[in-house]
Amino acid sequence: MSGAGISITGLTVGYGGPPVLDQVDLHVRAGGITAVLGPSGSGKTTLLRAIAGFIRPDQGRIEVRGEVLTDGPALVAPERRGIGYVRQDGALFPHLDVAGNITFGLPRAERRRAAQVEPLLELVGLSPSLARRRPDELSGGQQQRVALARALAREPSVVLLDEPFSSLDTALRAATREATRAALAERDATTVLVTHDQAEALSFADQVAVMFDGRFAQIDSPAGVYGAPATPEVGRFLGDAMLLSGRAVGRTVYCCLGQLDLAEPATGDVLVMVRPEQLVVREPSDTRASVSSVTYQGADAMVRLDLVHQTTRLVARVPGDRVPRRGDEVGIAVPAPVRSFPQR
Amino acid sequence: MPASSDLRESPAAAYDEPVTTRPVVRARRSTRMPWIVVAAAVLVAAVMVLPVLVVIGQASAVGDEASRLLLRPRTAELLGNTMLLVLLTVPITVLLGCGAAWLVERTTLPGAGTWRTLLLAPLAIPAFVSSYAWTSVLPAVQGLGGAVFITALAYYPFVFLPAAALLRALDQGHLDAARSLGSSSLGAVLRVTMPQLRPAITGGALLVALHLLAEFGVLQMMRFPTFTTAILQQFAVGFSNAAGSLLAAVLVLLCIGLLALEVPLRGRARIARMGAGARQRPVAYRLGAWTIPASAALAALVGLALLVPLVLVLRWLVRAITSGAVVVGPLLAATGSTVGLAVVAGLAASLAALPVAWLLHRYPSRLATVLERVTYLASALPGVVIGLALVTLAVQWARPVYQTAALAVLAYTVLFMPRAMVAWRSGLAAAPPELLEASRSLGLSGLSTLIRVVLPLVLPSALTGFVLVFLAASTELTATLLLAPTGTETLATGFWSASDELDYVASAPYAAAMIALSAPLTVLLRRQILDQR
Repeated sequence: MSGAGISITGLTVGYGGPPVLDQVDLHVRAGGITAVLGPSGSGKTTLLRAIAGFIRPDQGRIEVRGEVLTDGPALVAPERRGIGYVRQDGALFPHLDVAGNITFGLPRAERRRAAQVEPLLELVGLSPSLARRRPDELSGGQQQRVALARALAREPSVVLLDEPFSSLDTALRAATREATRAALAERDATTVLVTHDQAEALSFADQVAVMFDGRFAQIDSPAGVYGAPATPEVGRFLGDAMLLSGRAVGRTVYCCLGQLDLAEPATGDVLVMVRPEQLVVREPSDTRASVSSVTYQGADAMVRLDLVHQTTRLVARVPGDRVPRRGDEVGIAVPAPVRSFPQR
Repeated sequence: MPASSDLRESPAAAYDEPVTTRPVVRARRSTRMPWIVVAAAVLVAAVMVLPVLVVIGQASAVGDEASRLLLRPRTAELLGNTMLLVLLTVPITVLLGCGAAWLVERTTLPGAGTWRTLLLAPLAIPAFVSSYAWTSVLPAVQGLGGAVFITALAYYPFVFLPAAALLRALDQGHLDAARSLGSSSLGAVLRVTMPQLRPAITGGALLVALHLLAEFGVLQMMRFPTFTTAILQQFAVGFSNAAGSLLAAVLVLLCIGLLALEVPLRGRARIARMGAGARQRPVAYRLGAWTIPASAALAALVGLALLVPLVLVLRWLVRAITSGAVVVGPLLAATGSTVGLAVVAGLAASLAALPVAWLLHRYPSRLATVLERVTYLASALPGVVIGLALVTLAVQWARPVYQTAALAVLAYTVLFMPRAMVAWRSGLAAAPPELLEASRSLGLSGLSTLIRVVLPLVLPSALTGFVLVFLAASTELTATLLLAPTGTETLATGFWSASDELDYVASAPYAAAMIALSAPLTVLLRRQILDQR
């Protein structure tokens, strides 16, 4: 996509066994944020470590800013890549205080000047008063932000984030994520984020690359991977999804929910993907279901439904102010177009 | 003296495997072990195990005479004495060590910090020095009773140290969970605390037992013959030594038996915590009216184990000074050669321990574990066995090194290497690969990373290891008596030759010098308890 971003072609890493990464291609535009999303063990971290230069791949090329950093087993040393790398645990140096950590990668003369530290702490949303603290005196979220400030201190054009928020609790995670995003945007850094959290990937990135078993199943915009998944597996991995058998004729599909509109035309036996928010409870409707349970979540509620006269179980996400009660019989409909996959 | 699987290893070693919290780094699977490190580690392990092989070889070469030599009533007497000493002293040290640890770490007893230091301090007084101090005023301290009395007071800190560290690391959450699941207060202690404490107790008890098998100075003074004292007597009488090697082989078997016995006793408890969240400090037990009796009990223990020997040594020292009996020249010479030998031993042991520690750290594998265990086995053997084996080796195959400092240094290295190994391992654990990678990704070359990341993190532990070996070597008596170069006197041997002639005044300066040299030990060990957070 872009010569100034990251360009990976045919990357294969095996560690001497079956490939952990198998012929992977990925392009990240300059200044863009790409989330690599996948279950644990799918090879995400290996990809990141290969970009950082810690891994010698069996084959494949990695270019950054048009410069070849890895070409098969030949590679540029990690310290000469100018790529920032933030790990899940932060990996702060325990023998140095916050300021010492942040200035670690700077030339000796600049390390002496404390003036370097303050703007970086502010950049990641931390108080300058933390500069003299030791890593073990910081909370998890603070450690993560210091690690980010440390990586950004050298003004890298590329920043790699390896599950940097997963060890934080929910409230801290949102705040740290926002601070990180703001800091990255200000530096206009090209970013690759590795995560197994789909909400994080969708909200953080402008491109999501879904990885299963060492290969990319789909690379698209967040709305693309969520709304138009390439396979049923991708659809399921990105969020709750019901997969119903149906028969497609052009832009119409017939299934247990009646006649639904298709986003893309199809023919023959298909699997229809319906997300809970696409299933609407409303009257009048010929499709009837009884409410088997309700999980109230404030803004909305997850309503489990049994189709009348059928065994199919459904889930609908309904607004919090219009929640039916358990045992109610309600009408349901799917007004928006849905996606389908050919039956295998 | 402390020829053993090592006290510094506890408490970590007491929980079975050293606590490696880092999951195996996936990316490291592919990297092969550097052969030069493996070769160095194998070489070190081979040297460490050599004395054991020599002893066994010597003993099996005795042949027909073996049964006659072994089946003497004398052997039965030695065996009985050794067993009796172990069976009486070990339970007492467990009782003293655990009781003191519980009072200090888990109750509202005032002055816990001071007590912690005072209760560890007896480790800085070599057991043969405190035995000298006691006999100088109370000649009745003798025989089995005297031996149990002195050794229990000298060695209870081996139990106290791991027990205190473990009690400090306990999570109140476990006790609360047990209570909420229906256990009584006592039941919770028995079913939750005790299983967690068991590895610490058995580890400490093993250490005490190994020290008792190796003990020479105290038992010689108490006129209580065991295998170790008998072997040294054989050696002093004549160098023929069929009997000596046989006794040494029996001693080796006893050590191996103890090591094997510890495995099932240790249990499988670990204090690993699952899940996130901060550990909850245990709630201190309210002593109330028991505060005074408890304080008095600890005061009595510290008084007997620390103050009495200290005061007596000082009293003899003052008498020596006032009577002009302190001959500065020999004392300085002995201090000089002690420090010299101990420094070289500290460096040698640190250097020898590094390859195995490095393998265990970066390439954990069965081979690395086996190499580590082999080195531990050798150092679990009494100094007298190692000394004897090295004498035999040198006389038969390497005559030029016999009676040189090199041989003594080798003996210290074999005996005390685990201390350096444990220190290296905790040091290397402080510099995990993640940090090295972080440094590389921040633009530092391998060499700069070594200087700015690895050294600052590893050096404190490496220094601790060096100091621990240094301190152990500087008060070692048994192997030194066998191996010290002719004409060289160390503080321990100087002390020994004077006290052997019951010359309390002449012994005092040597005793005082050894105590002064060992004092930093208390600080180092105290830190081990406090580090348990």
